[in-house]
Amino acid sequence: MTVSDPETTAQAQLADLLPEPEKLGIEVGPDGIVEITADRSRVIEVLRTLRDRPELDCNLLLDICGVDYPDRDKRFEVVYHLTSLGADHRFRVKVPVAEDDPNVPTAYGIWKAADWFEREAWDLFGIRFDGHPNLRRILTHEAFQGHALRKDYDPEQRWILTEAETMVPEWATEIVENGGDFETQILNLGPSHPATHGTIRTVVRLDGEVITRAECEIGYLHRCFEKMSETHGWNEIIPYTDRLNYCSSMINGVGYALGVEQMLDIEAPPRAQAVRLILSEFSRIMDHAVCLGANLVDLGALTNFWYFFQPREEIYSLLESCAGGRLTVSYTRIGGLAHDVPADFEERVRFLLGYIPKFIDDVDKLITGNRIFRDRTEGIGALSAEEAVAWGWTGPCLRACGVPYDLRRVRPYLGYENYEFDVPVATTGDCYARYLVRLEEMRQSLRIIEQAIDRVPDGPVITDNHHVALPPKSKVYSEMEALIWHFKLIYDGIKVPAGACYSATEGANGELGYYLVSDGTGHPYRIKVRPPCFAIFQAYPHMLEGHLLADAIAILGSLNIIAGELDR
Amino acid sequence: MDHYVPILIFTLIAVSVPIIILMIAKVVRFGSYDPVKAEPYECGIEATSFALDTRFSIRYYLIAVLFVVFDVETIFLFPWAVVFDELALFGFIEMMVFLAILLVGYLYAWRRGALEWA
Amino acid sequence: MWVDLIVIGVKLAFGLVVLLTTVPIMVWVERRGSALIQDRLGPNRVGPLGLFQPIVDVVKLLAKEVITPAGVRPLLYILAPAIAVIVALSTFIAIPIGKDSGLELFGHAVNGFIVAPDLNIGLLYVFAIASFGVYPLLLAGWSSDNKYALLGGVRASAQAISYEIAMIIAIVGVLMSSGTLRLQQIVDAQSGVWMGFLPHWNVFSQPIGALIFMVAVFAETNRLPFDLPEADAELVAGYHTEYSSIRFAAFYMSEYLHMTVAASLVTVLFLGGWNLPWIDIPFEGWAGALLSMGVFGIKVATLLWFFVWVRWTLPRFRYDQLMALGWKVMVPLAVLNFLWVGVAMALGYM
Repeated sequence: MTVSDPETTAQAQLADLLPEPEKLGIEVGPDGIVEITADRSRVIEVLRTLRDRPELDCNLLLDICGVDYPDRDKRFEVVYHLTSLGADHRFRVKVPVAEDDPNVPTAYGIWKAADWFEREAWDLFGIRFDGHPNLRRILTHEAFQGHALRKDYDPEQRWILTEAETMVPEWATEIVENGGDFETQILNLGPSHPATHGTIRTVVRLDGEVITRAECEIGYLHRCFEKMSETHGWNEIIPYTDRLNYCSSMINGVGYALGVEQMLDIEAPPRAQAVRLILSEFSRIMDHAVCLGANLVDLGALTNFWYFFQPREEIYSLLESCAGGRLTVSYTRIGGLAHDVPADFEERVRFLLGYIPKFIDDVDKLITGNRIFRDRTEGIGALSAEEAVAWGWTGPCLRACGVPYDLRRVRPYLGYENYEFDVPVATTGDCYARYLVRLEEMRQSLRIIEQAIDRVPDGPVITDNHHVALPPKSKVYSEMEALIWHFKLIYDGIKVPAGACYSATEGANGELGYYLVSDGTGHPYRIKVRPPCFAIFQAYPHMLEGHLLADAIAILGSLNIIAGELDR
Repeated sequence: MDHYVPILIFTLIAVSVPIIILMIAKVVRFGSYDPVKAEPYECGIEATSFALDTRFSIRYYLIAVLFVVFDVETIFLFPWAVVFDELALFGFIEMMVFLAILLVGYLYAWRRGALEWA
Repeated sequence: MWVDLIVIGVKLAFGLVVLLTTVPIMVWVERRGSALIQDRLGPNRVGPLGLFQPIVDVVKLLAKEVITPAGVRPLLYILAPAIAVIVALSTFIAIPIGKDSGLELFGHAVNGFIVAPDLNIGLLYVFAIASFGVYPLLLAGWSSDNKYALLGGVRASAQAISYEIAMIIAIVGVLMSSGTLRLQQIVDAQSGVWMGFLPHWNVFSQPIGALIFMVAVFAETNRLPFDLPEADAELVAGYHTEYSSIRFAAFYMSEYLHMTVAASLVTVLFLGGWNLPWIDIPFEGWAGALLSMGVFGIKVATLLWFFVWVRWTLPRFRYDQLMALGWKVMVPLAVLNFLWVGVAMALGYM
């Protein structure tokens, strides 16, 4: 990743199209993404130009996050990640902010996607976004004191909240106090509700059965994984990533390892890559199976849940045979895999390839043409492609709106470019479209696995770079040098060179991004995860208005909200 | 009245069944009282308002009113149907007239949106 | 007089036992049947094939703590499950479950396998009592002081009364063709052959009526795809959200009782009761009576299995779709059905 790379040079030239580029700091980051450092007075202008200039066309806001550098003059840095769906180039905009005046103008007017990302930055760093319509804490409780991701926040203080006020939206109390709107009713869907699949709360105002207003409260599963990561070695974070999207834990680990490998400028051996790809695709199938199965349960079609969970169990058995764990596999390591796959791996995979399609077809036959199901899902929770992009949607939900954006196709990793597969797209953007896209993606994943299993090369599954991977145990016991490497690696951990990297992979829900910042020590300086369903779910309360109560459940299920990655 | 004796007896039995069942619950009492247990369930959140204080949509009442109208009228069909064979064509036409009047009310309710929900 | 009472007593006991045993059997069928449909094993630990599972279920439900939430209206709250069971039991009294051709018990006429044989308003009685079925749902929903229960309760009542209209109009056709309200005679009117080759069952001569009645029965018993009053995905458990232990069991029990009664009614009204297709058996003597009960039982059992089958196959309606179906489709179709019966009878086809 050098500046001489023609692609990045071209991108850097694009940045010159910005207004008064000489006053902006433009450079190419270590991961090849062009970084634009702007003063906060100019950030809105820069972002708007990035979105609106046709040559730049950065229509998708991926992520907003804060980074804390206590030693710097302007302590905080707000980092925006943007991408262009059409032209496939990415930009990173950095805005330094001082501690005594931590204000940045909001980007909500440009992308609605900024809504929750800015709230998160406020919550965890105390950076204020001027003009944000609802700048409240999002992942921690309103009564929480301090900002957890600041470097000077002491996690040892064990802050325990015993008496907590329940969050009640303003519009809800108005009605209760004034008794004005006679026929409306405030109803809580969650946190402990059969249809929330995790702990999420949605407050709705009902007029009869029609929802007239809604608001979400998340963060019930918040464990500040990003803060925990800052005190762990790079490899030790992998079990944490498993708990992000626990339905497809393999994909999280792979995405994270790819990012760190990019920073280290190493590559996993081909065999590891192939196994990662196969298991990732199996994880995608499981994730979609959970999503569709649970969605159908919410619609009353209970039987399909078991049709989907049967193959899921079998896939778990495959993962167990490889990794030892079922749900949270922790199989990936930086530079490869923890250990080689079992001898009967190919046999097991081929069994699954023959086993899974029957269940997908069964559900397809039972549900796809079902009149009740179609009436319940067609036109429900429909979002146009423009709206979906504005909300920062990615993955199957965005493809259901008609945007064929799939990172496996657009920015291939793990050798996805070598496999033949379709990117299923629907046009209507409603619950039915999301169902169809997911169902077809399961079949496409099987297709990828079918090609990949023929091409799993022999060889090691972890790199022989001894700065990254432990030497084999036999050598440690017999060779002095290997023993030293082993000792050094255990003692110091992996030393990732200082710098930053945004690594994106196609998670089951959409773009799973890791913004990794290293200061050259054995720990990450900052890890920011861009969970795909965070961006998707922030549109949810807005999608509900005008729908019936039962639709709220159908929409929630079709968005596939995984509280583990939503709340982190 | 003899015909209704079995009904009376059966009704007494039917009434006693749930009473016995619920009495068992009185006798076999497990667990303990706790004010938190006695809170109304609202997904783990303290209820923002009491359910009985809130009002629900008028549409539910509307359905009830429509039911009263149509159910009473359909009951008229019962005696007519039983003796339909004897009434022959005249009875049939008469009922058609009655139904036509009913139909007007039905269509009116439909057009005014009484049958709409969303 | 005393013999009269004894005969009535025997019949009452028989009816009650038959009805109450269907509940555990249906619970078992539902659990094993859903497991069969869903590729699972289902309960298989208690007794052979898990047959004693319902008994264990009852013990478990009895052993649960009875929680009465603070805000409930106590009288109505307790009354609701009680009424549910009473209503479900009472409807069964007017339903004949077998053919009686002059049998005697203790030297006294049995007067048919029906608890209340001389009820000349049989069908009317059944529907009058069945209409009470909406009260427990509404009372439970309202008295619980819970928003989900309240919504479930009003939904339940709106749904029940909406489908009742279509159901009653659908029956008018049956009354026209049989000319009586007595259920035994309605069954007798369905013997023989219609149009030369079909059994003279109302399901063949009035298919629309049978379909509407069947759908309405699903709605009245709150079974999927019409289980909106419970709708566990959105309303948690609907009207019985705040009920626990044996009080919940009462609702649970009444659901299966309702199903059994409903299946019996469909059999009597549309499936020819104990009549066998194409075969004319006089059902003489005790053997004949048992045979007729067997035929009736097989039909009811098939219908009950159909209830289970549908429940585990179809998704749930949305509330507005349910009401639209009830008012805008079922009611006009039901009227169409009895117009058809009227015309067919006038032209001598029926």
